[in-house]
Amino acid sequence: MDVRGGSGVNRMANRPVTTLLYVAAVLVIFLSTCSPASALPAFARKYGMPCSSCHEAWPKLSPFGQQFKDNGYQMGNDRDAPIFQNPAYWPVTFRMTPYWHRESTDKAAVDQTASGEAQVTTHGFDWSGLDFHTAGTLANNYSFYVLPSSDNTGAFHFESVWARVDNIAGSSWLNIKFGKFELDNLLSEKRILTLSPVGGFYENYHFQPFLTPGNRESSYTFGIGDNQDGIEWMGHSKNDRTRISAALISDNDGTPGLPTNRGYGGFFAASQAFQLGSMGLQRVGGFAYIGQQPTYFQYTTGGAGIPGTGIGNQRIYRVGLIGMWYLKKFDITTMYFHSGDNGTLASTTALTGAPPPPPSVTGARSPSWNGGLFESHYNLNPQLILINRYELVRMSQQVFATNPGNLGNTDTLTFGLRYYPFISSRAGFAYHAEYAISRIRGGSPVTFTDVTSSSLLGGIDFDF
Amino acid sequence: MRRINLAGIALNLVLAAVLPVAAGAQQMESHVGKLTGHSDAGRQLYYRYCWGCHGARGNGDGENAPYLNILPRNFVIGAFKCRSTPTGTLPVDSDLYNTLKRGINFSNMPNWSALTDQQRADLVAFIKTFSPRWKTEKPGDPIQIPAEPALSVASIKHGSELFQKLECWKCHGQEGRGDGPSASTLTDSNDQPIRPYNFTSDNRSKCGRTNQDLYKIFMTGLDGTPMPSFADVIKPEDAWDLVHFLRTLQYNNKSPELALWMSTKEGAEIVNAKKVENTYTGSGVKP
Repeated sequence: MDVRGGSGVNRMANRPVTTLLYVAAVLVIFLSTCSPASALPAFARKYGMPCSSCHEAWPKLSPFGQQFKDNGYQMGNDRDAPIFQNPAYWPVTFRMTPYWHRESTDKAAVDQTASGEAQVTTHGFDWSGLDFHTAGTLANNYSFYVLPSSDNTGAFHFESVWARVDNIAGSSWLNIKFGKFELDNLLSEKRILTLSPVGGFYENYHFQPFLTPGNRESSYTFGIGDNQDGIEWMGHSKNDRTRISAALISDNDGTPGLPTNRGYGGFFAASQAFQLGSMGLQRVGGFAYIGQQPTYFQYTTGGAGIPGTGIGNQRIYRVGLIGMWYLKKFDITTMYFHSGDNGTLASTTALTGAPPPPPSVTGARSPSWNGGLFESHYNLNPQLILINRYELVRMSQQVFATNPGNLGNTDTLTFGLRYYPFISSRAGFAYHAEYAISRIRGGSPVTFTDVTSSSLLGGIDFDF
Repeated sequence: MRRINLAGIALNLVLAAVLPVAAGAQQMESHVGKLTGHSDAGRQLYYRYCWGCHGARGNGDGENAPYLNILPRNFVIGAFKCRSTPTGTLPVDSDLYNTLKRGINFSNMPNWSALTDQQRADLVAFIKTFSPRWKTEKPGDPIQIPAEPALSVASIKHGSELFQKLECWKCHGQEGRGDGPSASTLTDSNDQPIRPYNFTSDNRSKCGRTNQDLYKIFMTGLDGTPMPSFADVIKPEDAWDLVHFLRTLQYNNKSPELALWMSTKEGAEIVNAKKVENTYTGSGVKP
């Protein structure tokens, strides 16, 4: 759920496994996750409003939906508290997606060829996992969100678990959220409009550089697109034009049970929206994550690390700028990313009971990279949206000077459309079609050459 | 699945047929300040945001209407609650625009401040295409609101007397809780039960939160509800006295009127007697 296919792509590719296993892992990760976005007919039913009020095309939020969310799932029209609802009202929504898809990669490691690689393509009918969204208000200015989410075998985990005190002291600038939640990403990966293993995630939200050709960093996992455990302060102007937030999170990528360390990180985001004539509401903003990850375990037992005792923390950071530009029915989101990891952390292959050798010994450097995202939509009408996205990642410094300069550079291109045959306040239904292709420089674990993967997906996305 | 799909397609076809018929028959503009709204642009917005309650034909029969205890506005009739114009007349564009921006408290109508100014103006233009009244009538002339006189204890007391004299209490109750003896009998223009405004619950009325908004409400009335216009009954200065008194009923709102009233022995006794300490409803609002 929290790691859509794409982040899985990278993580799997960073290990010395065959590309076939890599493709299989991608599919398993994708299929084990379900559509993460929050499009809640339960809200529509509560307020009697069509999905299109809060979603430009669900699950993508409209400014009105963003305001509703930021205000603690409240319209402010006195219909917010549960006491005003029919006693039978139950704020639950489920979402699932049956689909057909075709997956292909040109550098799958196989036993049957001399080079050890071959193009592998597979296709067939399939289905996603299941999301049970339950969210709303407990009383005026007390909101919550609980999201049990399953893989496609029905094994559940908790994707979101939080409560929020809203409008403290009557101020929209004082809202406190506590639990496991999505970071305040303006371009929400949980509301992404694409679903495929290649195109169903934001590459820049999860990218981690390669340690050596065919082998990514593997000592930690973190993605700003993943839900995180922590506490968040968020404030916004009454009309939501100005938004600002700061979160303190445990650096465990949203995993329960303190699996590795006791480190904390901070995420900060701010944005400002403004009207540009009749073009629409434009928004610009920035974000920064500064965190830390352990490099070894303070204590081990039987050679295995005792969970939560990871120490020797080293920093990682992710910063970026975002612009969301509307030209009437056409909009484009532009993002710039800059990220970096500490050299010791980047060159650590696995946490053990001893400190890893320092960069002065290994020759490791602190890797850094830049990224860009261009996502455009043409919202022909509330029922039809065309989607295009291009993402790129470019390394500016490799972990080791011996690595090719372009190792890990990634390009991903995605096209899609979603058609909503009816707009209702009771349920959501979308015909979904998508094609995505990506290329990772030096991603092949066998020949260390470029890997190209593609997804073709068509399905029915529905929630109720 | 098949049922959902067929139902969706059917609904889609109906909408595709109805919306152009309902809206395409005429072009309308709205003028709010420097903004000019266009009904063509407003149609898409209406289809996105408003149709679920107000219906494809604008007659308030959206798919959610049966579930709302205050039915959505029927735009075909052309009667609107929040106006600056005399009762029975059409509102000016800015009245509709402000309603969109502010929402209508104590109803399902939210505020649409998240939309751009231009979008709200476009929506106003489109809403005007629903009623034939906009073809044959001009909006009323906005009422003149004289400058608010200085606040005084005498003004509040006089307002209290008017509250009795005009029998506001019959609907709103002696303490302004919306529980007067007539309250349970009231219906709106849709023959739906309607509850009089409870002054103690909030500082926002249906049509705004300022003293000027409150003044406008009882000088223009809320068309479509039992709340009449008192323009022919009371003088402007009396109306301001009534505004000052009504503010003292909102004892959870730290208004100058309440502060002044509480500074008197009589006022403090009256207000404190109304308060019920440490009692919360499920909504978290002190009664």
